[in-house]
Amino acid sequence: MAMTREETQALIQEVLEVYPEKAKKDRAKHLAVNDPSVEQSKKCITSNRKSQPGVMTIRGCAYAGSKGVVWGPVKDMVHISHGPVGCGQYSRAGRRNYYTGMTGVNTFGTMNFTSDFQEKDIVFGGDKKLDKLVDEIEQLFPLAKGITVQSECPIGLIGDDIESVSKKKTKDLDKPVIPVRCEGFRGVSQSLGHHIANDAIRDHVVHNRDNDNSFEVGPYDVAIIGDYNIGGDAWSSRILLEEMGLRVVAQWSGDGTLSEMELTPKVKLNLIHCYRSMNYISRHMEERYGVPWMEYNLFGPTKIAESLRKIAEFFDETIQANAEKVIAKYQAEYDAVIAKYRPRLEGKKVMLYVGGLRPRHIVGAYEDLGMEVVGTGYEFAHNDDYDRTMKEMADSTLLYDDVTGYEFEEFTKRVKPDLVGSGIKEKYIFQKMGVPFRQMHSWDYSGPYHGYDGFAIFARDMDMTINNPCWNSMQAPWLKPAAGEGEAPVAASA
Amino acid sequence: MALRQCAIYGKGGIGKSTTTQNLVAGLAELGKKVMIVGCDPKADSTRLILHAKAQDTIMHLAADAGSVEDLELEDVLRVGYADIKCVESGGPEPGVGCAGRGVITAINFLEEEGAYDDELDFVFYDVLGDVVCGGFAMPIRENKAQEIYIVVSGEMMAMYAANNISKGIVKYASSGGVRLAGLICNSRNTAREDELIMELARQLGTQMIHFVPRDNVVQRAEIRRMTVIEYDPSAKQADEYRQLAQKIIDNTNFVVPTPISMDALEDLLMDFGLLDEEDESIVGKSATEEVAAA
Repeated sequence: MAMTREETQALIQEVLEVYPEKAKKDRAKHLAVNDPSVEQSKKCITSNRKSQPGVMTIRGCAYAGSKGVVWGPVKDMVHISHGPVGCGQYSRAGRRNYYTGMTGVNTFGTMNFTSDFQEKDIVFGGDKKLDKLVDEIEQLFPLAKGITVQSECPIGLIGDDIESVSKKKTKDLDKPVIPVRCEGFRGVSQSLGHHIANDAIRDHVVHNRDNDNSFEVGPYDVAIIGDYNIGGDAWSSRILLEEMGLRVVAQWSGDGTLSEMELTPKVKLNLIHCYRSMNYISRHMEERYGVPWMEYNLFGPTKIAESLRKIAEFFDETIQANAEKVIAKYQAEYDAVIAKYRPRLEGKKVMLYVGGLRPRHIVGAYEDLGMEVVGTGYEFAHNDDYDRTMKEMADSTLLYDDVTGYEFEEFTKRVKPDLVGSGIKEKYIFQKMGVPFRQMHSWDYSGPYHGYDGFAIFARDMDMTINNPCWNSMQAPWLKPAAGEGEAPVAASA
Repeated sequence: MALRQCAIYGKGGIGKSTTTQNLVAGLAELGKKVMIVGCDPKADSTRLILHAKAQDTIMHLAADAGSVEDLELEDVLRVGYADIKCVESGGPEPGVGCAGRGVITAINFLEEEGAYDDELDFVFYDVLGDVVCGGFAMPIRENKAQEIYIVVSGEMMAMYAANNISKGIVKYASSGGVRLAGLICNSRNTAREDELIMELARQLGTQMIHFVPRDNVVQRAEIRRMTVIEYDPSAKQADEYRQLAQKIIDNTNFVVPTPISMDALEDLLMDFGLLDEEDESIVGKSATEEVAAA
């Protein structure tokens, strides 16, 4: 049974109790009991604030937001992790942004390019090294369409002028070399990194073909924005949009290219999946080019049908009829998925703690399987995300912003969900607590989860995690209370 | 005698490097084993001892060799007049990189390589004028310099700087053993300069350890890249540096300074006629406004 409003409130109070006064006061603002009737989330939850010192936050940094999320998946560009080697190397390929292409020839997604700063580069500055590095990239990887310079922390501290180097190299190479000031210490989470990356795209990319009309535009041109093709998500989304008769001109940025991004201002509609990380550039294209944008959600058949219809409504009757055909075409398939898995998952409770869109977007997919999301929260959301979330969630659901390691564990102990969905740092903690866990950033080496194809995989993954027989073996046989006299000797001899 | 580590701070251009090298020459003459560690990217802290334009610095040698780990102590250490050991931390051209990190790296290197051996009596850190970041405070952190000497003159900005440096010392004094050991007045021949600096020293809780008069022989020696003691041992100025050296040897007056407020400093400057009484009525008034008001 889900908890009542009073019970949830009492739980929050109890968990807050261990904090010192000041921390308690701050953390209290980030924890809330959902009330779907509230229009503005700012009335009940605070977000996008600095984490408390001393707690285990799960957040990332601005570099993670730019290099890891927004720019990294742009496959035909080389993204330099500018600074010491670790930031690039330890995040290399971890996000599973799938792409097609010949890695190292015309695509570079899973490679790590770094200026590998040494002591002398800090002391004497790294601009000359960057200049040389860009030349070497051009020589070794001539098919790269452009280069981005993703600043790590020291770049901002020592005042390197990456803008002037980039400007010079853009001229030398006759291809974009784009400086991105995403030093990790900026902002309170990866969220500012998304914004900085969006601004760099705005300043260096989207206007590049303003006076070039060689691209033949069509009436059904759309762009997929904020889909990072994790485990192939954008592909399983694109299929549906194309079957509806839309032409997907660009994917931002999963399996995306520089030229796709440059063409995007010419589309009729921008479709945003991850609002948090790419609303900025969508708003810019709306203001400057009049391209409207629309949020959509392709997790689970209910939300897919809702979204396809909403998208179709923007276009003509042909597209609207096509949308119905697509939904009908897949119905037998997703009905079968539900018929198979719903009986195994019905009534199971889920707690989520993820990044920018999933804490609300995936809810529908769980509900399609008869499951209930009883707690959710974001690492780096802003209040406009919570505005959207509160409407999606049931009354009295537990909401936690920038949850601390302690709070997350305590909530899980008390709420006793059947599944926790969060990141790699959380995974083993909860598994060791005996709680079934799915890594919901990279789909735990699985996916795609978007679209009808993705839903089948999603349902299978949730089932095999929750109903895995291993959870019955959490306690060592000799520690189990003897159920009857006959069993004890068997356990002892086992 | 245990190794004494001293750092020389003071406003830029006040004569820190010249004073340091002359007084170190005085110490060497008195039989002390001394090392100078230049902590300024300009690398001009050892030229009078080595008769060189600028010594190869730790950071430049490290950049050429690949990294600082590739260097040996003998690569960076030069021996000059009276067996004074000299090293320069070095750093970038103005406007690029991080000079502070260069100082940190260089000092760590010297410690790891055992530059501070038992033979030494004194190490002098000659530090860039303004403590602009943590790197330039490196010499006064724990287990580094214990004694700070501030070079000052009877000029307003030099005294401001001395007071600010004292604030920095207070910060590190609470966590380590660093103490203010005195003000060295490098005279600019301003009126009642000795009294003024003695009064500043008193308010800071320290002493004016020596008043170094102004003498052109310092410049004549400097043109020859020499200290006065080496260039003209009989000069009166040479004796001044010898006296300063002796006072430093004998010095036991190490204090946690008591930096004074801006108001107190301005009062002091006004008492000595270096600053006029502030007229609040003219603050923020442009020339035209003043004419209109008149």
